[in-house]
Amino acid sequence: MRKSYGALEVVSGVDLSVAPGECFGLLGPNGAGKTTTLKLCLGLIEPDAGEIKLLGEPVPRRAREARKQVGVVPQFDNLDPDFTVEENLVVYGRYFGIREPQIRQRIAALLEFAGLAGRGDSKIMTLSGGMKRRLTLARALVNDPQVVFMDEPTTGLDPQARHLIWERLRRLTQEGKTLVLTTHFMEEAERLCHRLAIMDKGRIIAEGSPRALIAEHIEPQVLEVHGLGHEQWMEKAKALAPRVERVGDTVYCYGEEVEPLLRTLSGELSYLHRPASLEDVFLKLTGRDLRD
Amino acid sequence: MRWLAVWRRNMLVWRKLMAAAMLSNLADPLIMLFGLGYGLGALLPSVEGMSYIAFFAAGQLCTATMFTASFESMFSGFARMHGQKTWDAILYAPLTIDDIVAGEIVWAASKAWLTGSTILGVAVVFGLARSAWVLLAIPAAFFVGLAFAAVGLIMCVLARGWDFFSYYMTLVMTPMMMISGVFFPADQLPAPLLAVAKALPLYHGVQIVRPLVAGGPPPDLAMHMTVLVAYAVAGYAVAIFFARRRFAS
Repeated sequence: MRKSYGALEVVSGVDLSVAPGECFGLLGPNGAGKTTTLKLCLGLIEPDAGEIKLLGEPVPRRAREARKQVGVVPQFDNLDPDFTVEENLVVYGRYFGIREPQIRQRIAALLEFAGLAGRGDSKIMTLSGGMKRRLTLARALVNDPQVVFMDEPTTGLDPQARHLIWERLRRLTQEGKTLVLTTHFMEEAERLCHRLAIMDKGRIIAEGSPRALIAEHIEPQVLEVHGLGHEQWMEKAKALAPRVERVGDTVYCYGEEVEPLLRTLSGELSYLHRPASLEDVFLKLTGRDLRD
Repeated sequence: MRWLAVWRRNMLVWRKLMAAAMLSNLADPLIMLFGLGYGLGALLPSVEGMSYIAFFAAGQLCTATMFTASFESMFSGFARMHGQKTWDAILYAPLTIDDIVAGEIVWAASKAWLTGSTILGVAVVFGLARSAWVLLAIPAAFFVGLAFAAVGLIMCVLARGWDFFSYYMTLVMTPMMMISGVFFPADQLPAPLLAVAKALPLYHGVQIVRPLVAGGPPPDLAMHMTVLVAYAVAGYAVAIFFARRRFAS
């Protein structure tokens, strides 16, 4: 699919499919086209070219029918500030045509899932950022959807709140729900996603399981070195590691094994020796330039 | 009827904030009605065969209805659409922007109708309208509300910021109130101004409500109703056009 805003092509030929029950991650720097891709999948905007199917329905033509079985967690919380926690769920359920007694039956389970049991009467204003995020997740589940789309579900949360969300998302996957999420937290993608695609400048530049992507695109060992004399040391390192790059005052060495390099380190240099991660793949593929 | 869920959402908020909403929608027009009606009315023998306060009550009913509908669809609508992103949340559900526009317009008209009906009730209690004809002003108020809600929602979906509404209020609503026969008979206006008034909805609302308050059938009812309905339908269509455009980008 393709989508332009004015002269700017935001999505330039993205082709992807997500299998039922899969947790699929869309990774990319800011402005890569992740959110636009999600909006296209939901039928909220029309593609300039391409064909989209959501749960078997052609989108955006039959997006309304498809969205009956879909939940959405947006990037920015848009809970109803005038309502309590419970009213937010009831009112949202009505948009799906669910009758009020039926929603009320589900509320206790939804609040438990969101870690908000007993907070049904709380005002939205009194909730923490993590609680609001969890309530938004519960709201997305009010129609018991088959697929849940999430745009940066843990951005802005503290580690405790983030881990709780991750645990809940894994629970949803175990229940057989399909999850599609965008993120720029590599750790999140590595932990949650069965499969992911890395997007940049409107295109998918790599696709696969987190492990497969690491294996395919990057050497397994990383040595980060910084400190006085790192420039001279870098010259030595180039002979011993297949790939060496410098960012600011840090030298990154990638290789099958970096032990020979470790032996060359002298006292003034600090180092970190670690296995390669998805973040290394991401930075290799999308570059280290700032995206604003 | 999917728009009904949007209407019910706004209704639930209104119920929670009812006291403040009622006060702001009713206190101003009623203070003006009695202040001007009795104050200025004491100087005037009668206008078009009615006491000045009864004459003014019909105009004030329409004006207050106009203001409630416009404020709701412009300021409250913009808060929901732009500030709170409530519309975005609704769009994830199986509703479209057309459903939201319909729900918002009918909601603003309903709220305006309540303002108009309450002012009518006050007018009846104070003996300003005595015949059963006046009951027809209740549905009439709804159509006045509908026309202004639809136009207000166009402003809402066109707005880039809050300041935008000042132009419409200062350049359209205030002059319209002056030339639509609210405070004095519109017939005494110079012909070009009267022609402008006749092209706008408030004049037609007043032309329907005033005879009903006086106790008889309004002349040219079908024509006045047609103008109000035309504003509502055209406003709805234009609001949908711009709302779709706004949400497509």
